[in-house]
Amino acid sequence: MNTAATRELMDYDEVVERFDPVLGLEVHVELNTRTKMFCGCSTKFGAEPNTQVCPTCLGLPGSLPVVNRMAVESVIRIGLALSCSIAPWCRFARKNYFYPDMPKNFQISQYDEPIAVHGWLDVTLDDGSTVRIEIERAHMEEDTGKSLHVGGTTGRIHGADYSLLDYNRAGVPLIEIVTKPIVGTGARAPIVARAYVTALRDLLRALGVSDVRMDQGSLRCDTNVSLMPRGVVTFGTRTETKNVNSLRSVERAVRFEMTRQAGVLAAGEKVIQETRHFDESSGSTSPGRRKETAEDYRYFPEPDLPPIAPSPEWVEQLRATLPELPWQRRQRIQREWSLSGEELRDLVNAGALDLVAATVEAGAPSGEARSWWVSYLAQQANARGVPLDELPITPAQLARVIELVASGELSNTLARQVVDGVLAGEGSPDDVVAARGLAVVSDDSALIAAVDSALAAQPDVAEKIRGGKIAAAGAIVGAVMKATRGQADAKRVRELVLERCTS
Amino acid sequence: MPVISRDEVAHLARLARLAVTEAELDVFAGQLGVILGAVARISEVAADDIPPTSHAVPRSNVFRRDELRPGLEQQQALAGAPAAEEGRFRVPRILGEES
Repeated sequence: MNTAATRELMDYDEVVERFDPVLGLEVHVELNTRTKMFCGCSTKFGAEPNTQVCPTCLGLPGSLPVVNRMAVESVIRIGLALSCSIAPWCRFARKNYFYPDMPKNFQISQYDEPIAVHGWLDVTLDDGSTVRIEIERAHMEEDTGKSLHVGGTTGRIHGADYSLLDYNRAGVPLIEIVTKPIVGTGARAPIVARAYVTALRDLLRALGVSDVRMDQGSLRCDTNVSLMPRGVVTFGTRTETKNVNSLRSVERAVRFEMTRQAGVLAAGEKVIQETRHFDESSGSTSPGRRKETAEDYRYFPEPDLPPIAPSPEWVEQLRATLPELPWQRRQRIQREWSLSGEELRDLVNAGALDLVAATVEAGAPSGEARSWWVSYLAQQANARGVPLDELPITPAQLARVIELVASGELSNTLARQVVDGVLAGEGSPDDVVAARGLAVVSDDSALIAAVDSALAAQPDVAEKIRGGKIAAAGAIVGAVMKATRGQADAKRVRELVLERCTS
Repeated sequence: MPVISRDEVAHLARLARLAVTEAELDVFAGQLGVILGAVARISEVAADDIPPTSHAVPRSNVFRRDELRPGLEQQQALAGAPAAEEGRFRVPRILGEES
């Protein structure tokens, strides 16, 4: 056990007072192509082990890899969406190593000729400020197999008796997106890291190139963190934290490493350059492989794969397929719905933007749709402890409720009861209206009878109204609404009360 | 003039997981030196503006369509494995290396 690992963490406020953090984020994204990068095996998640393999992805003698065109198109589209330059010519490279997660004893990757370089992604933080994250490169490679370590106590490699390998994932197209060093974020470094991965995930989802499921490993993030004392401009020694499997963990892992490294440095010791593992339950990192010597992967151009040379025409064709990107969409929505920057941000932060947009898409006016999602439905989601998009009501159902209110068939009070019914699993809004008998009572004769009986029950109030005290009508309206279980149109009831008292 | 040192041969042997004796290091350093010396003669005729050749055939953009092709059954996949368990390849424990 090295002593540095047991150093006390420094208080976060003190960390950012004394040090400037430098971040580097590596995101691996599995593409959602039907087949693997270099062979026709399925990429589907969750199959029985070693049932989606062939001689090529098992590295058997005599097999020959052939590049999946769809995967190349996807990475070019990713590169374009990140404002990268697309290399006019690039090669694959062999990365040689002996870890058994690749049956070939090498991984096909790209080394010094990545297909996309020098881009950026503008990331908006919760407070509305924007940080431009510079992208160093995006390159193509193949995912590795999955190891299961048997024996020992922790399920980790140390102490394991042997390992079991499933190569279904070996060869799945994988894109690695690497940022340039991110400096100057100070205390915001952890939230910048999280916001970047979130923005990248949203972008990849909009492009439709990946499932971007962090829980299933189709989006993975390694966080590189180093500290330099305030005023110093040379980077400190960095650590690379792996196994960061959720957006929240990205933020926690960066924050933890900052406090840990600061503790080490404050004790006059040196940060060790190493790979560390993030532990979800404790929110801490622990040392993994030491990087005492630079890895020697003996990269060389992959002889089995001819170079990729995307023509300008092909690149432009692919650019034309780019969908509306998340930030373009947000700008359009802000314009179309006449929102202030703050209102838009609230919608985004509440996770309501897509839901409101879908409700509008289903025919509802944006104001009503927005109001339902951010107030009443947000309260219901909060009460149930679920994210807004997991409430059992669809945007189309909500749009129908809004339509019923607009046509006068439901009052606002009744509309809430209909929504409650939908949330309780009673069916569609129309089902709930029918089953609960919730249509607004618009038959005047029924209302007049109710008004008359309310006036008769409160003769003193009736007398006041007849004497000109119109404000007293409220009591009668209230009584009628109660008698009709809220199903009457209060405005119409009021009109009738005044009519009956003056005629 | 040694083209490759004894230490470099030892390093390469370690990376390739080859057990090489002290005596063999000298033998291989000599043999590899001859091979490298022969290959180095190419640079005598290749000018600086001629990039190293990585592929014998000048082709690019060789692609396949994203279409499923039948692969191997699990049993076939594992047939050549020295050891298998629970449908997976079984390998000796790996020390000092991690994915």
